[in-house]
Amino acid sequence: MKTPGSITASFVVSMAASVGLVALYVLGGGPQLEGVLLGFALGGLGLGLAIWATSYMNVPEEVEERQLMSEPKPGAEEDDTSPLPGMEDLSRRKVLLRLLAGAGGTLAGALAIPAFSLGPNPGDDLFRSGWAAGDRLVNLEGRPVRPADIPVEGIETVFPEDKVGLSDAQTVLIRVDPDILRLPEGRGDWAHEGCLAYSKICTHVGCSVGLYRSAAQQLLCPCHQSTFDVLTGATPIFGPAARPLPQLPLDIDDEGYLIATGEFSAPVGPAFWNVDRGS
Amino acid sequence: MIKWVESRLRVGGWARKGLNKIFPDHWSFLLGEISLFTFIILVATGIFLTLFYRPDATPVIYDGPYLPLKGQEVSAAYESVMRLSFEVRAGLVMRQIHHWTAIVFVAAVVVHMLRVFFTGAFRRPREPNWLIGVGLLIFAIGMGFTGYSLPDDLLSGNGLRIAYSVMLSIPFAGPYLASLIFGGEFPAEAIISRLFVMHIMLLPALIIGLISVHLAILVRQKHAQFRGPGRSERNVVGKPLWPSQTFKSLALLFLTASIMAFMGGLLQINPVWNYGPFKPYITSAPSQPDWYVGWLDGGLRLFPGWDLNVFGITIAAPFIPGVLVPGLLFTVLALWPFIEARMTGDRAEHQLLDHPRDMPLRTAIGVAGIVFFTVLTLEGGGDVLSITFNIPVEAITNFFRAALFVIPAAAGMLTYRICTNLRGTEFHPFRRAPGVRLRRTPDGGFEEV
Repeated sequence: MKTPGSITASFVVSMAASVGLVALYVLGGGPQLEGVLLGFALGGLGLGLAIWATSYMNVPEEVEERQLMSEPKPGAEEDDTSPLPGMEDLSRRKVLLRLLAGAGGTLAGALAIPAFSLGPNPGDDLFRSGWAAGDRLVNLEGRPVRPADIPVEGIETVFPEDKVGLSDAQTVLIRVDPDILRLPEGRGDWAHEGCLAYSKICTHVGCSVGLYRSAAQQLLCPCHQSTFDVLTGATPIFGPAARPLPQLPLDIDDEGYLIATGEFSAPVGPAFWNVDRGS
Repeated sequence: MIKWVESRLRVGGWARKGLNKIFPDHWSFLLGEISLFTFIILVATGIFLTLFYRPDATPVIYDGPYLPLKGQEVSAAYESVMRLSFEVRAGLVMRQIHHWTAIVFVAAVVVHMLRVFFTGAFRRPREPNWLIGVGLLIFAIGMGFTGYSLPDDLLSGNGLRIAYSVMLSIPFAGPYLASLIFGGEFPAEAIISRLFVMHIMLLPALIIGLISVHLAILVRQKHAQFRGPGRSERNVVGKPLWPSQTFKSLALLFLTASIMAFMGGLLQINPVWNYGPFKPYITSAPSQPDWYVGWLDGGLRLFPGWDLNVFGITIAAPFIPGVLVPGLLFTVLALWPFIEARMTGDRAEHQLLDHPRDMPLRTAIGVAGIVFFTVLTLEGGGDVLSITFNIPVEAITNFFRAALFVIPAAAGMLTYRICTNLRGTEFHPFRRAPGVRLRRTPDGGFEEV
């Protein structure tokens, strides 16, 4: 029988590539060449087998009879769906069967209870951000911030002193021209020299609202493009976020540094069923 | 050797019968095989990765050869992925093959499912295997999501944050469920090791179990087949498993693995060193998930900013596009064989497959579904489209908000028309008309062209 050249070539290429892979590993490797050699090693095998199967195996088509699933086996004496022996007796034990089901169900419930060890009861964690009255605003390096440190149209990520990196407390500090501010009522003294502090956690699904269109005074979330108007208290003006970014009330301490005078105006982060209930 | 085994186990007859199983020859029947083979490649490369990965959120200082991150605080998990990528010989190629194969795996499962859908292969008696297939699709997506979250990089960390927030939005149960699954309020340290257990133990066990049942049912019920000469509801025509089909399947396994190896070597994927370690106060732009999650992200982007208030209960905006709609879609998908049987009243056993045009309504609904999914996926990359084509992102979102309803409906109606038309003319659009072409010769006879 003549040996087909194309299959021979495929298998030889595969072998050569495999040997090459070993050599490459010894010499120090490299992802591109590793991928290519592995590709040829596997591909040579695959191609050879494919040519062999399609061009050099003359297997005729065969017809296999099929028994329909919905019909009983021909010649079967018993109906396979008839009740098993003893079922009649069992089905009369109604009380015991119910007790068995009850005991099984109760056991399953008891065994599922340890699932509550997986995480704490959220309690009012979702309503707290980590800010407290008197906390200085510090930047990522931990330095406290004065209004003059932020240029008008500037933005900085700040945290409470000693809590740098705390997720719930992440806050953007933005400075704008105080004359164009239109903050909601009651927040007149929350901005000092045009400094505004908003929670950096998007109220949609919690990404960090890190893009600032300074010319339009808009904060934009990179994940789903929720857009907030900084001048009016970070109210959502486009995208899927429904609630404003909570605002942090600010003041200035004796040394001229910005401090928080209390918690955010609302729970930070995405909404949940009782977010409006307060705590 | 064979005699030794046979004299102890007596499986020869059973094995011979198995090797004689008939495989109808059609290219579309290979899609399921590709799903299986990509899963095998995932297991093989995944075992290698598992030996180097550390499911640990403890902060460490990076001190490896990648200079931009030197001296930065990263998690031990991220550090182990960096070490695997830059210091373990053959580590990066394995990681990239694994990631590319995961992407192709989910795609193969989806395309296989579409084949089964459009040919009506889910009809009685194959409803059980359709249900198992829907389960496999869900677990495959779960595998993908848990897998690409493991490196604890900036991009996947934000993906986890979004998943947490969507869970949080479920009325009543949300805050508790999210806390139980993540081990506390986001970002909880426990989640990395939990994702690892899900990704290398729970989900693989479920997938391997379901694949086994899927294949056992396939053998029991035998393949369905397209109509053709000699083919009926009561037979199956094709070639036996041994030898040609075995060789073909092995060839497909190696060719699939070969393409995965080329891609893993030459095409960069998930460069976690570019994204950097996860910090909860940073989000990069643009940020996109892997393709099979993009439609969910698109839904989140597209839904208007409504926190509905129902009797004092807040239905947070992510709930409807993130939980309710996907839940309904998967329910309809799973129940489709029963829905269609009720619509058509056809409850008979079907061993012969439909061509898509044979059932215009089913095909139209399927095409509308694909287009719906595509619009959501495109919206999932809305910010990328905005940068690429220099169109405001607001315009793109508003366009897709309308397109989500209009385009699938139009595509469905058009498909319906095309199908009914094709059914009337009996011509296959991509094949020559049956018969031979004749030409009149000058002397009045005929000859074949």
